Amino acid sequence: MRIASKRLTKELVELRNQGPPEGTAILLADDLKEWRFSISVLGESLYKGQTFGLRFRFPDNYPMESPEVIFMTTDGFKPPVHPHVYSSNGHICLSILGNEWSPVLNVSSILLSIQSMLASCKELKHPPDDERYGRHAPMSPKDSRFVYDDDSV
Amino acid sequence: MSDMSDENFYDDIEDTMDEDSAYGYDDEREESGFGGNTDSDEEEEAILDDYGDVDDAFGTNDIGKERLKNWQVEFKSHSVESIVQAQKKEIDHVASMFMIKDTDAAILLRHFGWNKERLIERYMDSPEKVNLEAGVHEDPSRPRLQKLANFTCEICYLSSEDSPGGKMETLALACGHRYCKDCYQHYMEQKIQEEGESRRVQCMKEKCNLVIDEKTVGMVVKPRIFERYKTLLNRTYVDDSSTMRWCPAPNCELAVECHVSVKKLDKVVPSVRCDCGHPFCFGCGNAAHAPAVCPIVKLWLKKCEDDSETANWISANTKECPKCNSTIEKNGGCNHMTCRKCKHEWCWICSGPWSEHGNSWYNCNRFDEKSGSDARDTQAKSRASLERYLHYFNRFANHEQSARLDRDLYGRTEKKMEEMQLTSELTWIEVQFLKKAVDTLTECRMTLKWTYCMAYYLAKDNMTELFEDNQRDLEKAVEDLSEQLEKPIERDSIPDLRQRVTDLTVYVQKRREIMLSDTATGFEEGRWRWNVTF
Ligand SMILES: [Zn+2]
Ligand SMILES: [Zn+2]
Ligand SMILES: [Zn+2]
Ligand SMILES: [Zn+2]
Ligand SMILES: [Zn+2]
Ligand SMILES: [Zn+2]
Repeated sequence: MRIASKRLTKELVELRNQGPPEGTAILLADDLKEWRFSISVLGESLYKGQTFGLRFRFPDNYPMESPEVIFMTTDGFKPPVHPHVYSSNGHICLSILGNEWSPVLNVSSILLSIQSMLASCKELKHPPDDERYGRHAPMSPKDSRFVYDDDSV
Repeated sequence: MSDMSDENFYDDIEDTMDEDSAYGYDDEREESGFGGNTDSDEEEEAILDDYGDVDDAFGTNDIGKERLKNWQVEFKSHSVESIVQAQKKEIDHVASMFMIKDTDAAILLRHFGWNKERLIERYMDSPEKVNLEAGVHEDPSRPRLQKLANFTCEICYLSSEDSPGGKMETLALACGHRYCKDCYQHYMEQKIQEEGESRRVQCMKEKCNLVIDEKTVGMVVKPRIFERYKTLLNRTYVDDSSTMRWCPAPNCELAVECHVSVKKLDKVVPSVRCDCGHPFCFGCGNAAHAPAVCPIVKLWLKKCEDDSETANWISANTKECPKCNSTIEKNGGCNHMTCRKCKHEWCWICSGPWSEHGNSWYNCNRFDEKSGSDARDTQAKSRASLERYLHYFNRFANHEQSARLDRDLYGRTEKKMEEMQLTSELTWIEVQFLKKAVDTLTECRMTLKWTYCMAYYLAKDNMTELFEDNQRDLEKAVEDLSEQLEKPIERDSIPDLRQRVTDLTVYVQKRREIMLSDTATGFEEGRWRWNVTF
């Protein structure tokens, strides 16, 4: 807990002073538990002109454990149509949020990874198991055992 | 009975065993890290213990004392301490062979699931590639804590200025990725306590797969957590090893080593007995199930589960006499029932007259396939197949129940014997014969139980008939012995009873050996044909 709050405080100061990565903006960061960002993809992409919402929730032992990150389905936001994003709950299948998480990564680097995940997408389609996962998914994506095939799709 | 009084019978079995040295164990046993064959005497003693002490009470039993029977496999129980020793021995061997640190050798061995031969082969081929895969960076020095000024930790964002004395305690593995000790500690504790990870905790840097070695972990985490880490590591040693298995008995902390490979499980039944007394199958971890092999046991258990509704086997202890319909209670394992009212003698399993069970045309164990082959329409066919299944299932379940009832009955008898011991000149030794008998009965009923699983899947041919002959002879012997246990115990009749029970116990054991050894020989010779594929 001691590390988590110190580190999140510093991350937030940096995000406020230097601003989050280009194309993203803080929507909410009133405490050290849950932050929200808007995110859009820079330049040419299948998502040109679209803006999405991301919700971060931090566990007590952050950054030893990864934060829970999902695309928002509330406040007028809809998750992007993407082969690694589940339409009903906004869960994201991205390896750095799961087994490839490293405590060296931070909120900024996650935002950048998600931007590049969207930018590299070549076809607007839902995950093959979108419907089934939607029906059985756990509340938190961190309780899902995703198979991280190829983050760059 | 002629086949078993023939001493050459056993010699034949042993001779066939010699021809196939791979039957049961791999040849690399010397390399196993448990001191090779030096303990084999002890092991054989342990195996012979299955049959109790080969003492005077059971006559001389000089057969195969120096060698395993063809249906037995070599095995050994290990305590946590001996598991630790075994790992250390393997690690030291690899470390001196490759001239690397013991901690690196441990990471390499764990990466290869303790398959030392494969590690050596791959490492000789390309040490760089193996190191990269396993997460080892060869460096003769060991990671150590360093107090640094002008350092900022990339994880907690704290710097040396934040620390007392302007210096921060830091640590880096051979990869050079340096972080503060606090972060390392939190990270390790998260991995060990929360995620139960031990064998592969990697450097905290993104995409760096260097594995943190045991000594470094010990340097960073609290002693209590280090203990937990070592326990987890020992668990993985057994979990990863194909020649070790934890004893499945509740509260038992021993592991059993056995060198029967998975590939042989369709021909060999690796029955082992943990030092705690629990007999189980090394292949699948289920309770011992010889003579049936693991794949058919798996099919059978699945079938019993799926059909549990249909079978609906009633484990009730009462049935009606087939002649006068008065209720009879089964209060022992014996399946030879005598009605108190009309004196009719009948078989608990098939309800047929017992007179037909007592002579050479005893057929209770066989299923009459004719009724099935005559079936024309689908309904008749499915009824026939259900009947066939129930035939085997009822006998399977009955031996389970009978074994329990045998033991219950013995429990009551034992009390009586203890009382007699106090009031008469009977010695402790003299009252042991019943315990021996009931132990043998339990073991034989377990064997019989699984012969019904095996028979269910055997294709009907001449070989099956021989199998069923052996099954019948064992079953008959078991019921005879079981019946003796129900005899009232009186002081004067004890010497007689003792003689009878002791003789029958020896005979039953021999029938079991014949059953098991013939089945094992049949597997060696590829004699058994199945009516299913697996
Ligand atoms: Zn730190
Ligand atoms: Zn590293
Ligand atoms: Zn045990
Ligand atoms: Zn098995
Ligand atoms: Zn009757
Ligand atoms: Zn019968």
